Amino acid sequence: MAPETADAIIRVRDISVQFGATKVLDGLDLDVKRGEILGFVGPSGAGKSVLTRTIIGLVPKTSGSIEVFGIDLDAADARARRGVERRWGILFQQGALFSSLTVRQNIQFPVREYLKVSQRLLDEITVAKLGMVGLKPEVADRFPSELSGGMIKRVALARALALDPELVFLDEPTSGLDPIGAGDFDELVRTLQRTLGLTVFMVTHDLDSLYTACDRIAVLGNGKIIAAGSMADMQASQHPWLRAYFHGKRARAVMG
Amino acid sequence: MSSDPTLERIAQGNGLALCAAGSWTARFAPVLEKMVADAEKLTGSRPNIFIDVSQVSKLDTFGAWLIERLRRSLTRGEHEAKISGLSANYSSLVDEVRRVKASPAIDTNSVTITGILDQVGRSVAGVGSTLVGLVDMLGAVLAASVRVMIHPSGFRLTSTVHHLEQVCWRAVPIVVLITFLIGCIISQQGIFHFRKFGADIFVVDMLGVLVLREIGVLLVAIMVAGRSGSAYTAELGSMKMREEIDALRTMGFDPIEVLILPRMLALIIALPILAFLGAIAALYGGGLVAWLYGGVDPEAFLLRLRDAISIDHFTVGIIKAPVMAAVIGIVACVEGLAVQGSAESLGQHTTSSVVKGIFFVIVMDGVFAIFFASIGM
Repeated sequence: MAPETADAIIRVRDISVQFGATKVLDGLDLDVKRGEILGFVGPSGAGKSVLTRTIIGLVPKTSGSIEVFGIDLDAADARARRGVERRWGILFQQGALFSSLTVRQNIQFPVREYLKVSQRLLDEITVAKLGMVGLKPEVADRFPSELSGGMIKRVALARALALDPELVFLDEPTSGLDPIGAGDFDELVRTLQRTLGLTVFMVTHDLDSLYTACDRIAVLGNGKIIAAGSMADMQASQHPWLRAYFHGKRARAVMG
Repeated sequence: MSSDPTLERIAQGNGLALCAAGSWTARFAPVLEKMVADAEKLTGSRPNIFIDVSQVSKLDTFGAWLIERLRRSLTRGEHEAKISGLSANYSSLVDEVRRVKASPAIDTNSVTITGILDQVGRSVAGVGSTLVGLVDMLGAVLAASVRVMIHPSGFRLTSTVHHLEQVCWRAVPIVVLITFLIGCIISQQGIFHFRKFGADIFVVDMLGVLVLREIGVLLVAIMVAGRSGSAYTAELGSMKMREEIDALRTMGFDPIEVLILPRMLALIIALPILAFLGAIAALYGGGLVAWLYGGVDPEAFLLRLRDAISIDHFTVGIIKAPVMAAVIGIVACVEGLAVQGSAESLGQHTTSSVVKGIFFVIVMDGVFAIFFASIGM
């Protein structure tokens, strides 16, 4: 079980989520510490995305409590909730860019909604954010349908970072990227975490990402966290699924 | 933990120190922007200006960029403004924004007369290509139906029946309701005005001819264009957006045969049926109002109706129905396949599918009117 820590940015306690008769999450506890990159793994269909969506409030839970930035999201009123939402950024699996807005407008959208700043500053910040995610300013006037898969992920990350959040959720950020692109992305997440002091909650299947980017790994199975700890802990674990995952053919190729 | 940001000016000999303090974060961006804009006016006032950031408690991209912007505008000639007191935590962030190039000029789409003229010209020129697109689709559909006739195994019966349910069976209640009401209104208006001449009974002639020849089929066609034409465009458009149509093509299927032919066929079967039901409902509604409001009892109504209309009136109406269905279907499918990647484009094409569908239906109705008049039907 996740230990009690004072500096937990996300504190999930005993949450259950049910779709019809199927229990997807069953009394799950999880802490994410401030400033860490948490890699979240588990078999396909185990409910990783469901947990992410439950924390950010897109899926209703049947029981349990979720605290983000020390604010209980169930008890919070609309104003407090908006305050919390301003402080996190979310990268959806498919990017979820607004298809009828340009890259520039996509990145400026949250800023424009929350802050009253001049168009000049907006444009400068857009260029800065694009630079941070490794894109040239020229892509700013393209539409999402004119971008490659990797660029969509980068723009989506730039949008997630637009308001300088303290916490970002990344849902399979490197899926669908080539290994070099994925490696760059991991590096990027690391750099951003260092420069902006981000906390990152990353759902991933990419062993390279887990190995190079993540400080801590949590494993989901049977609706609960079956293990949480460093890479070394994971490799030492005797749990059958963990053994298969971290000692499989692909894992050996990554870890040499 | 977060405190209001400040930017103090402290004179040091012949130099000037700008001491930034507090939270330089996105939350305070509007205030920060104003402070920085004020400070930028100091450019060149002293030979030696530097920015002290040692008191900054919190810094994010917004703050870092504004400090960098200040540094750039204070730098003039050989006097480079320096940033001092940068803590190790934030130095990488400041380095990051330092690499940002000056923002590129934004091309704003201002409304100009030439721009409007340009747009008008383009849309006029677009009419030609719209017509070519429609004829192209008509040809493709005909070619596909010939192929299906030669190889009947390629015909998608299940899909056709499914679409028939959607556009015909499920449309019956609304079509019957609306045509019933329209019949009532025509009858009421007719009686109201004809009564002045003592010609109440001729309302039956008007109702019969109008409903069977024109209103019945036209109204139903317009409803179908709005109801099913838009659905076809949205379905095909979102399939196009998600590359489903490309996927079909790569599997060796012809999207026209698989997607469009069953839809077209369903529409062509559905519209005459709906027009027939609509005409009956309108006559029924008209008859009811004539009885209750005009005092024309049902027996007299039917007798008059039998005299007033011939089978020709009914034929004229029902012949038009499948042609209008084909027009609606082709417009809807062309628009659906023209959808680009964005949600906005889907909305635009769905709108223009309905608008063009209704427009062409009315144009076809006019063409038919001239045709039937000249052959004396």
